[in-house]
Amino acid sequence: MRIKRLTMKSGLVGWMILAFVLQVVGQGRPVSGTVVNGKDGSPLSSATVLVKGTTRGANTNANGQFTVDAASDAVLVVSSVGFQTREVALAGLTSPLSIALQESSANLNEVVVVGYGTQRKRDLTGAVTSISRKDFVKGALQTPEQLIAGKVAGVQITSNGGAPGAGSRIRIRGGASLNASNDPLIVIDGVPVDNGGISGSSNPLNMINPNDIENFTVLKDPSAAAIYGSRASNGVILITTRKGSRGPLRFNFGAQVFLQQPSGRVDVLSPQQIRDLVGSKGSGASDIAKLGASNTDWQDQIYKNAWGQDLNFGVTGSALKGKLPFRFSTGFLNQDGILRTGNFGRQTASLNLSPRLFKDRLRVDLNLKGARTTNRFANQGAIGSAISFDPTQPVRVNSPRFGGFFTYIDNNASGQPPLALSPANPMSLLEMTDDRSTVLRSIGNLQLDYSIPFISGLRANMNLGYDVQEGRGTVLVSDSAAHTYRRWETAGNPFRVVNFGGVNNEYQSNRRNLLWDFYLNYVKDLKFLDSRIDVMAGTGYQDFLFTNPNYPDRRFNKTVIPGSEPQFARNEAQYTLISYYGRMNYSIADRYIFTANLRTDGSSRFSKNNRWGVFPSVAFAWRVNNESFLKNSTVVSDLKFRFGWGVTGQQDGIDFYGYLPRYSLSNNAAQYQFGNEFLSMQRPSAYDPNLSWETTRNINLGMDFGFFDNRINGSIDVFNRKTEDLLSVVPIPLGTNFSNQLLTNVGNIESRGLEFTLNLTPVRNNKVTWDVGFNLTYIDPKITKLLLNEDPSFPGNPVGGISGGTGNTIQIHSVGHRPYSFFVRKQIYEVGGELLEGLYEDLNRDGIINNNDLYRYKSPDPRVFMGLNSSVNFGRWTAGFVSRISVGNYLYNNLASNNGVLRQVLNPLGWIGNAHASYLRTGFNNNQYFSDYYVENASFFRMDNINVGYDAGEVLKNVRMRLTANVQNAFVITKYTGLDPEVNGGIDNNIYPRPRIFAFGVNLDF
Amino acid sequence: MRWTVLLVSALAFAGCHKDLDRFPPNDVTGAQLYTNEAGYLQVLAKVYGSMALTGNAGPAGAGDVAGIDEGTSDFLRLFWKAQELSTDEAVVAWNDADIWEFHNMNWSANHTFLTGLYNRCFYVITLCNEFIRESAPEALSGRGISGAAAENIRIMRAEARFVRAFQYWVLLDLYGNPGFTTEQTPIGAAGRPPQTDRKTLYAYVESELNAVANDLPAPRANQYGRADKAAAWALLARLSLNSQVYTGTAKWSEAITNAKRVIDAGYALLPNYRNLMLADNNVGNTEAIWTLNYDGIKTKNFGGTTFLVNASVGGDMDQNFSGLSGWGGIRTTKNIPLLFPDFNGTADKRAQFFQHKLEIDKISEFKDGFAITKFRNRTRTGGFGSDPGRTFSDIDFPVFRLAEMFLIYAEGVVKGGTGGDRATALGYLNRLRERAYGSTAGNISDVSMNVDYILDERARELYWEGFRRSDLIRYGRFTGSNYLWPWKGGVRNGTGVEAFRNLYPIPASEVGSNTNIKQNPGY
Repeated sequence: MRIKRLTMKSGLVGWMILAFVLQVVGQGRPVSGTVVNGKDGSPLSSATVLVKGTTRGANTNANGQFTVDAASDAVLVVSSVGFQTREVALAGLTSPLSIALQESSANLNEVVVVGYGTQRKRDLTGAVTSISRKDFVKGALQTPEQLIAGKVAGVQITSNGGAPGAGSRIRIRGGASLNASNDPLIVIDGVPVDNGGISGSSNPLNMINPNDIENFTVLKDPSAAAIYGSRASNGVILITTRKGSRGPLRFNFGAQVFLQQPSGRVDVLSPQQIRDLVGSKGSGASDIAKLGASNTDWQDQIYKNAWGQDLNFGVTGSALKGKLPFRFSTGFLNQDGILRTGNFGRQTASLNLSPRLFKDRLRVDLNLKGARTTNRFANQGAIGSAISFDPTQPVRVNSPRFGGFFTYIDNNASGQPPLALSPANPMSLLEMTDDRSTVLRSIGNLQLDYSIPFISGLRANMNLGYDVQEGRGTVLVSDSAAHTYRRWETAGNPFRVVNFGGVNNEYQSNRRNLLWDFYLNYVKDLKFLDSRIDVMAGTGYQDFLFTNPNYPDRRFNKTVIPGSEPQFARNEAQYTLISYYGRMNYSIADRYIFTANLRTDGSSRFSKNNRWGVFPSVAFAWRVNNESFLKNSTVVSDLKFRFGWGVTGQQDGIDFYGYLPRYSLSNNAAQYQFGNEFLSMQRPSAYDPNLSWETTRNINLGMDFGFFDNRINGSIDVFNRKTEDLLSVVPIPLGTNFSNQLLTNVGNIESRGLEFTLNLTPVRNNKVTWDVGFNLTYIDPKITKLLLNEDPSFPGNPVGGISGGTGNTIQIHSVGHRPYSFFVRKQIYEVGGELLEGLYEDLNRDGIINNNDLYRYKSPDPRVFMGLNSSVNFGRWTAGFVSRISVGNYLYNNLASNNGVLRQVLNPLGWIGNAHASYLRTGFNNNQYFSDYYVENASFFRMDNINVGYDAGEVLKNVRMRLTANVQNAFVITKYTGLDPEVNGGIDNNIYPRPRIFAFGVNLDF
Repeated sequence: MRWTVLLVSALAFAGCHKDLDRFPPNDVTGAQLYTNEAGYLQVLAKVYGSMALTGNAGPAGAGDVAGIDEGTSDFLRLFWKAQELSTDEAVVAWNDADIWEFHNMNWSANHTFLTGLYNRCFYVITLCNEFIRESAPEALSGRGISGAAAENIRIMRAEARFVRAFQYWVLLDLYGNPGFTTEQTPIGAAGRPPQTDRKTLYAYVESELNAVANDLPAPRANQYGRADKAAAWALLARLSLNSQVYTGTAKWSEAITNAKRVIDAGYALLPNYRNLMLADNNVGNTEAIWTLNYDGIKTKNFGGTTFLVNASVGGDMDQNFSGLSGWGGIRTTKNIPLLFPDFNGTADKRAQFFQHKLEIDKISEFKDGFAITKFRNRTRTGGFGSDPGRTFSDIDFPVFRLAEMFLIYAEGVVKGGTGGDRATALGYLNRLRERAYGSTAGNISDVSMNVDYILDERARELYWEGFRRSDLIRYGRFTGSNYLWPWKGGVRNGTGVEAFRNLYPIPASEVGSNTNIKQNPGY
């Protein structure tokens, strides 16, 4: 009976919002009511109802009903095993009451979305973490992935910087690939979405309003993820949005206002230090003459405290006499960036209809989400420019040229343009650039789930989904702006300007993703075998189309820069994926559970001979706590061992047509002259006809545990993941293809790791609940093969381009080492610890110091990262924090290596600049980009979020109010000398600083 | 009923499998492209253009060669660095990767730019192989191409073979023993081409050039920018001149013969040396035998002559004089200016220097060492180049020009070759002097016409045109310590280096990925 009910509910995991169903009957001293399960509305028998402060109370009967005597202003304490205790203030309420209880956090009947269906949590055999709304990170979060940052073992979510609306890099167990994508597959209500960005949007997920999300489920290991076969190697994140629920209309209004504050400055020299330095190290009067008379803190100029507001409104209920549950929500976000001129706005609307037809046989779920974001992108070039710009120069000068901003001028050149290659005034970069975009997106799906009559337990499910995006933008830069001044058109003798420079460009980008999925699911209790079987088989079709119209490059007055006329009206790319998949889950005596998955995917990215990949997985779990020797234990409430093995594939992050021999036409600025004619060139592309799937084999051993009614619970997983036939770009024997490097299947990468999760409830009583969550992840990835023909003398594939010089790289993929290891020279120090400029150790002892003496030193990925969070409920108050710890992650301080030299101050091209404060330590005259001095330990403890909430209760009739306050990015503890120890990719250069955010919110339910 | 619906939709679905065949709409297949002469010509444009440009999008964005910054990945910029930065003719102020290892003469097999050049050469060779394969007579007849179109494609095929021979000469000169591929080498298979050696490669390049010289159009009869017979002869002359270095056997007489064939083919020195490297040097250029062509609007990249002009301007120089912006990178050591009677070009107009400071105390300081103003994106009449933004150059780079042939002829004669005579040689040399001095004031007599004079005169005439390293090696002055220049071997006054550095190393990435390739000795 319970099983049947659960499968009926499949597809919809919902923690309902606590609510009172009110019916006016009149007042009286006896109070009666019903206690129900907040999840599905079913009555709870044997629940305890106590009048607070008294010994009066009652238990509910089989229908969940109770009657107690209570004063009209009394408080009822309602509790039941496996559910959270609730207090209900009677003031203003009328009898009979309906009191919904929420299941305890680790309730084993919880249902988890697992892809093409749901499973009971107790039947899970894989490493799956599910985080629901109530456990989300709280605060002014503009992008959905931040809701679970620090909450899940094995999952690293690092924001790309502090720009409004900026995205994040998500890594599950560190990523399985080198050159192909390391991003997990993201599935929204059953629709796998495309991870790539779109022009005009800084983050594909920021189009989703975090307020519309009900649940995140992270599938980490093969047995869980393999159902997504070819796209599961990097894990899968399933996002379920909020749904309508049966019952009367309920409204919710939330408003949040937040203040973003720059959290620090890059340490540069002061105006006085620059003056002293130019005086002492410059070439005398000619250099001193280049100094200005001002004292400008350029970083102070470009940053500001920025406000933001987020308004949300939601309504749920059911129409048509309860037959049509629905939820509608809308959100308005508007946020300035701390870098001046930047702004991000988002308007969202979301509609869910969940009618149940034909006596609940047909379950329909329609989800429609629309979003419009408006962006004004601040010119981030100002960030680097503010660090290196001469602090003795003023922001503005009394000049009609260049917008009045101070500018270096070439007085020798006709027309006195800005000096070539001279740095642009940071404020001019910001104020004279107007870069705006509008992005529209709609995601939706229609899911039909039909329980087939006459065959109990069989149902058919069809999901039709779409994801459509359009980004459009314009970039305007005034024709008097210094940084685009030289886009002018001039004529010589006598010199005149025909067209002034500046920018007046448009761009557009479209994406469309269509999905069709169909599966059959059969669930049966085999009582004679004391077993339960759950089988699913299905097929899917998904098509992605990317269309980018091409535009010419124009000056401010819309004249076209010669050579930029597009060769084609638009670029189009398309790929298609066809899949067949199945899953069987077999459970014996609620103790032994087997799962097998099989999926085959066909991808248009590979040739006919290689395009179908088969991805199997098997898993086994043993629920020890259901064994007779533990069944009645009061200590052990849950104990499960899991084993999983599986194969997943990868085809994302690579060219759509890498297997096809083909020719591409060059653009109009890359033509070649024969005689008096300029011909566009037809270039054959490099291709690998045998290109195929990257394959990841994965073994996972896990244990779930719960003690003392799950007040202590958690899990431990160890895994070994080996990716073979990596989709890698590697050097190939020259002459065998139309490039020196080719995307092909070569190389192996292997990682071992451990994940540990622990949740504690040290205190749980009528007044206080205190929860603590901790998770830890250890990952050790290693490249084990790199080339077609292994050669020990081959150092590896250089990666990680840096600022400074041309074409410099600082990282390398080498066999036997972690990916993205820093590849540097060993700095020699004097006895006193001073750095000796340009002196490095001859590591290979051949008497020659050259790039054979580079060595691999540390890597940007942490060896261990942890999340620690806690929350306390005390009466009407709640308080909590979320923090993260990262150990063993290193950064290359490119700001220091590029700017911390005398050459930066006395720039040979003819102006004075500012230096990074590391110059005071190194004293370097010239850039020593490859010195290991610049590779710094960036381990950190970051307090991501501190929050306080107060439940004001019923402030008006039927209106409940909740107030919240929180600080995001509260503080960071680190030895790293740069601004922020967390930089995606490991090269700290020109990143948008993450602000500290103070947010205040009010939430009304009515 | 319900099951029928399911069955029908499942069958319809199986039909969708053809949707897995996708082709990018803006691209074409070889079968679509090689249907007519125009298609072949566009691929031939890529064959030539791959030496001038960095990729398929100007100025950057779709590079041909991977593993290197695209702006530095073109053939000319890389070839120039390998031939000039390792010598007394040039130093560079920048911190680009391991670029200073050229001056320090301690480059390794992982050197960024030496790897990039090797890769670029093979990229061009692979394009040539493809063109040669697709333009084979049987391929043409199979596609029904005949008549004038087939004849024109036959000439294009000879040009592709010439370009391939030129690229193999570069590899022969700089790397000695590279891998070896031809139109027989399959594409897309994980093959491992064999390695060749200098002697074998010399014979191959020589025979290819002799063969294609028959098929190429007469000198000056092909379109500007495309190779003709004279280009093949000029390369044969250069090849023979260095034969002793390449094979151990001198071929001075062949050098004389081949140079003479070019000289007699109707070329003439431009009257004014300083007009050789200007923005409009494509117009009426009677001296150029074969050029790499650039245009400030239609043929844009950050290498080539754009690099040569921009990188050579900085410090106190007037950017208007050069016509483009200044990147403040490359200058010369004092050894080159000191070859001239004065630094101002008063007597010898080939002395084109901006005199910041003769001595180089710091390589990183642009104003240490004279700048060179030979390449200027101005026109003969004082106008500017075509790029309104003044970044991209229009100057075409002469790979071969008549003056080099005069010098080859003279060197052949002086070093004992037959088929020429001293009087003619002296006449050729004095024609260069007369142009340089604007009179006979600088003419030399037979007594002065010795081997050292020719090396010095090559420097005066051809500096910064990509000859210096080969010349110093031919004269035994590149490695060792019998000839020093500032910062040779990374020491301010210069120091000797080991002889194995006369050859550059085969890139580690090639040795690593192709087990047939063995590293050059010493590395």
